[in-house]
Amino acid sequence: MKGITPCALIVSGLLLPALAQAAPSADTAIANAGFIDAAGPIAAAQFEHFKTIISLMLIVVVPIFILVPWVLWRYRRGGRGAYRPDWDFNWGNEAVLWGIPIILIIVLSSALWAHTHKYDPYRPLGSDPLDIEVVSLDWKFLFIYPQQGIATLDYLALEQDRPVRLKLTSGTVMQSFMIPQLAGQIYTMAGMTTQLNLMADRAGEYRGRNTQYNGDGFATQSFPTVVMPAGQFDAWVRDTRQSAQTLDLSTYQELLKPSIEHAPRYYGSVESGLFERVLGSFTGGHEHAKAASAQPSPGHEQHLQHTSTKGAEQ
Amino acid sequence: MSWETIFGQLSWDSLVFSGAIKHPSTSEFVASGAGSIVILGAIGVVVLLTVMHWWKPLWRDWLTSVDHKKIGIMYIVIALVMFLRALIEAGVMRSQQLAAADGAGYLSADHFGQLFTTHGTIMIFFVAMPFITGLMNYVMPLQIGARDVSFPLLNAISLMLTAAGAGLIMVSLVVGEFSTGGWSGYPPYTGIEFSPGEGVDYWIWSVTLASIGSTLTGLNFAVTLYKQRCPGMSMFRMPLFCWTTLCTSILMIFAMAPLTVATIMLALDRYLGFHFFTNGDGGNMMNFANLFWLFGHPEVYILLLPALGVWSEVVSTFVGKRIYGYTSLVYATMCIAVLSFGVWLHHFFTMGQSANVNAIFGIATMIIGIPTGVKVYDWILTMYRGRIRITTPMLFHINFLLTFVLGGMTGILLANPTVDFQVHNSLFLIAHFHNMIIPGVLFGMFAAVQYWFPKAFGFRLHEGWGKAAFWSMAPGFLLAFFPLYWLGMNGAPRRTVMWSDPSFTPWFALAMLGAALLLLGTVFLLVQIAVSIRQRRQLNVLLGDPWDGRSLEWSIPSPPPAWNFSVVPHVDGRDAFTEAKKTGQAYRSPAAYSDIEVPRNSMAAPLIGVFSFTLAFGLVWHIWWLVVFSFVAAWAVVIARSFVSQTTEIIPASRVEAEHEAFLAAVRATPGVTRDLEMSSKNRGKAAPDRIGQPGQKLPDDVLESAL
Repeated sequence: MKGITPCALIVSGLLLPALAQAAPSADTAIANAGFIDAAGPIAAAQFEHFKTIISLMLIVVVPIFILVPWVLWRYRRGGRGAYRPDWDFNWGNEAVLWGIPIILIIVLSSALWAHTHKYDPYRPLGSDPLDIEVVSLDWKFLFIYPQQGIATLDYLALEQDRPVRLKLTSGTVMQSFMIPQLAGQIYTMAGMTTQLNLMADRAGEYRGRNTQYNGDGFATQSFPTVVMPAGQFDAWVRDTRQSAQTLDLSTYQELLKPSIEHAPRYYGSVESGLFERVLGSFTGGHEHAKAASAQPSPGHEQHLQHTSTKGAEQ
Repeated sequence: MSWETIFGQLSWDSLVFSGAIKHPSTSEFVASGAGSIVILGAIGVVVLLTVMHWWKPLWRDWLTSVDHKKIGIMYIVIALVMFLRALIEAGVMRSQQLAAADGAGYLSADHFGQLFTTHGTIMIFFVAMPFITGLMNYVMPLQIGARDVSFPLLNAISLMLTAAGAGLIMVSLVVGEFSTGGWSGYPPYTGIEFSPGEGVDYWIWSVTLASIGSTLTGLNFAVTLYKQRCPGMSMFRMPLFCWTTLCTSILMIFAMAPLTVATIMLALDRYLGFHFFTNGDGGNMMNFANLFWLFGHPEVYILLLPALGVWSEVVSTFVGKRIYGYTSLVYATMCIAVLSFGVWLHHFFTMGQSANVNAIFGIATMIIGIPTGVKVYDWILTMYRGRIRITTPMLFHINFLLTFVLGGMTGILLANPTVDFQVHNSLFLIAHFHNMIIPGVLFGMFAAVQYWFPKAFGFRLHEGWGKAAFWSMAPGFLLAFFPLYWLGMNGAPRRTVMWSDPSFTPWFALAMLGAALLLLGTVFLLVQIAVSIRQRRQLNVLLGDPWDGRSLEWSIPSPPPAWNFSVVPHVDGRDAFTEAKKTGQAYRSPAAYSDIEVPRNSMAAPLIGVFSFTLAFGLVWHIWWLVVFSFVAAWAVVIARSFVSQTTEIIPASRVEAEHEAFLAAVRATPGVTRDLEMSSKNRGKAAPDRIGQPGQKLPDDVLESAL
């Protein structure tokens, strides 16, 4: 991203000199960045795959950019090419026309099959993952660290080089959770869980956000993802535990109300089983808020939960 | 009688202007301005019709007409009017995103949500759909030598249902608000719990009306193509546009139904407390996503296939050569149509399916790339060994070839689940589908208008203004959407009203410039029509064949008589009219004329249109008496129509003979023009044989080429 932004400015500057003044100067906010500037193995692999497909596709795209101008010039009215108004078929051409794309798609398909399985968001990235439960709300994200017994709102701290296993659900409408520089997105849906495995190999701050429109606060529904080395992460956990705030069911009910948050919140302790309660709150009656206190019914809650054997298959 | 019994949930506050009075802000003023334009436009039309005494001709010659040609033109008029609105909305959104680089811009988040929802809904259901439907209506029966579609009244009803939907979406500018749920309207966001207002109801009913109209159109056209072909026109002698129309019709029959079901189920959730797609209580929004895209993906091909048919017609005409690989193109079209039903899941790879499911749908999606790629090369091979005339439709075609493959490449990228995880819901996706739809579908329709306008109205469109429009729109498209690819790759999601990242600003500025060029090009197109109407005497091509056309529609006068063909043609090959011209069979007087039976006008269709509009309006605002009345009235019209026994009238043979012989005499008396004079005022619509580069002149290159 850093290297490419000036290029972007040069291109646009040629056309709109006035805009050159709009060059990025603010460094207070984390800049948006995509998988071009990957900070983890998943996003890096996704960008590699992106480039592979483009180079393979050039096999059929480049000839068009050569053939069309050539044909236009040569067979223009008054051009030198011979005129054969009744020529309309040739078996050799047909074989090439159908053959090359078919071979290309076979190659691309095998790459797709392998890549889709290798980088399945449900696939664990190693042993001892950092487990985090994510609840998407209007218009903020709640992160629960069950192993550490803490929680945060609109702030995701990760440990460098340690696999992360996110279990996601929604307390409200469907949303799509994404940290572009670390991994792709996955939907969060009420009453269901999805999973996203990711890893960061570069310390730093990366923007995460919701990409599925969900109303007035959508544009600003983002959070910093802070990747820190192991020791620093442990210190951060200790600091967060000092926070007097507790995330329990009543705090959660408050958070359910749509709001635009301007600063992260930190909860030093979390009511155990809260994530399951959020899930279970959608299996009962009409009053969702009341039902949140009901016991979850395990048979209903996880339509999308993959069985543990699935990871082993690969 | 309480207010609510009579007016339902309507109140003075529902009027768009009350917002501007109560909470004055730029956003509200923009909304009020849009509402004012609708009202002033409506008043303007009423005044014009009254002053010019056009009410009666409008009713007699157009609204009650069941002639497929007039219905086709009316569809395209709806498409153009709605296009202007949705294009302006796009410009407003672009300027908002540019203005919001370092602040909030001038639109509220809610207003922005309504804008992207109406923009998408209108562009798909009330621009692209009516445009292709109108074109298929006008051209397809003429190309197969038919006198009308199989069910002319049903055709008119389809039109009026679409018009009712379009009317509803226009009314929403003045009364109430529109949905903010996007054109795909995903619940639970669009459910009653999260979107309690009338907005989603406007979306549901306007889309439902349009989708029912399209289902009927699909049935009508498929039957017409199977049953109404003239003698000798076997399936494999049909022009390619007819093949694409057939595939589109089949897609319409099967693909519109899931949409109708999905919107009705969402309506049941909203009106009657059902739980199909709600959070909890057994509802599951994933069913909506599946139903919607079971429609939504074939829909993409419903739009694209007719445009691909247009490209086939345009290229072979302006190259003066048989289409290369006809059979290949037919099979490719059929492949696309069939495969389009098997790929819907690629719209939500991110919903948590297993890798196997995602991979299979990803591969299925890429397979569609094969027939599409074949088609592109077939068109290039059609130009090869031709005599290319760079007319406005050809410019659009060349632009299509070059930009469409880039869109295809990004489509293959999106078909890969792991890449899709990154660029789904981003501006990259927006860039991709605009890259397919603008150069492919929209420009295809513009090319079709340039190509068939002389057939419909008897005069050519001004070529200079057409080229000006092209040279404004083609770069406009590139500027408007290629920056979005870049932004999407850098983490910019779609549908965002504001930004915090200043590095995006230059790219949004480029996109804004592109949108302005697209707007300018559209103005040029309107100027082109106005100029052409003023110069219609110089531009007239009443003899019907301005481009040395190849299929049957060019063998009859422009505009064609109500009965299309005075004598039903017999064909014995592809490119029937070209062959007839070559062998001297064209423009021959038939041995005898006979009486022709044509369908009579009927007021049933416009009445059904009016009542379905009031029905939908009543449903949106919970005005139950209006709902019941409209429903009963619409069906009363249907029943009353079934008692009408005189549904056709006879055009006597003598009249047919007189008109047709006059046309043939004019053709014989007029000298034809070669393609050199195609764009000159000497072109009266009769083509003379072209002498350039006939086979036989052995050029040195021929040897090389025959080896290829």
